[in-house]
Amino acid sequence: MTASTIENRGEGKKPSSILLDTTAEDHHVARMAAVALGLTILESAIPSPLPGVKPGLANIVTLIVLARYGWRVAVWVSLLRVVAGSLLFGNFLAPGFFLSLSGAVCSLAALAFAQHLPARWFGPVSHSIYAAFTHIAGQMLVVYLWLIPHAGIAYLIPIFAAAALVFGTVNGLIAARFLDPEYEKLSTKNMKGTN
Amino acid sequence: MASHEPVFDAVVLPHLRRGDWLTLLLGGICVALLTFKLWSGDLADKAIIRSGGKIFREVPLSRDQQIEVPGPLGTSIIAIRQRKARIASDPSPRQYCVRQGWLQQSGEIAICLPNQVSVELTGSTRKYDSLNY
Repeated sequence: MTASTIENRGEGKKPSSILLDTTAEDHHVARMAAVALGLTILESAIPSPLPGVKPGLANIVTLIVLARYGWRVAVWVSLLRVVAGSLLFGNFLAPGFFLSLSGAVCSLAALAFAQHLPARWFGPVSHSIYAAFTHIAGQMLVVYLWLIPHAGIAYLIPIFAAAALVFGTVNGLIAARFLDPEYEKLSTKNMKGTN
Repeated sequence: MASHEPVFDAVVLPHLRRGDWLTLLLGGICVALLTFKLWSGDLADKAIIRSGGKIFREVPLSRDQQIEVPGPLGTSIIAIRQRKARIASDPSPRQYCVRQGWLQQSGEIAICLPNQVSVELTGSTRKYDSLNY
């Protein structure tokens, strides 16, 4: 992302297209964001009893990226997913976009603190739960301050909090399983033929 | 219990560190407290009916009745029965407030935006009353 100079790859010949000089890290961020995007679309096909109660499967990717590559890359992946997702669903700059953006920003802020918890005791499950709670807190704040400034939405908070706890735990467990060295060994063995 | 469920043993337990249990416990307490604090509201005993932003009538829930409220699109009918209130009919195109059904708890509200009619339930006890000076 840092190097965005226009490069002439033609070597004497006329360049057929303009190429942005991207680093391997950029490609990696894009690949991870694409996976997160796929999960977001997959998730939108799951019916929800209450608008706003979603499993947030894309956060599994954010958690894995956080554990493997650090907070900065996780921010890129998460925000790219929000922006690209809104373009795909056609709600860029619509209320839904700002809701997911506020949720993503708040949970990234929480992860910035949570990643410094001693790793011996706190794993991806803790990260996930903190992120899920701050995610819904940020969204409720935007809903209250901007969309529905009525105290009545307080009645929905227990439902959202319970959902955050359940889905946060499940997502954290899934991320922890992917990060498990034992599991990694197994999957790379299986992936060798296809990848 | 865990010994009877190999999936739980293999998938869940190895990934939960001591602090994760602590986080889970904190999260559970948090949810329980929120539920207790926000859902312990007493049952409502009064309905405030608004039309065009102004209070149209305040009616007790103790008496079953039907109230007709005029709005810019037509008449909304509000029904009160067995200490519950609902909007029984409304000229709004999408009928959101009608489909919301019966309201029972203090603080619940049904709003028919197109017809500018709303019903809000309130309890008898206010957090601050004359006893608090």
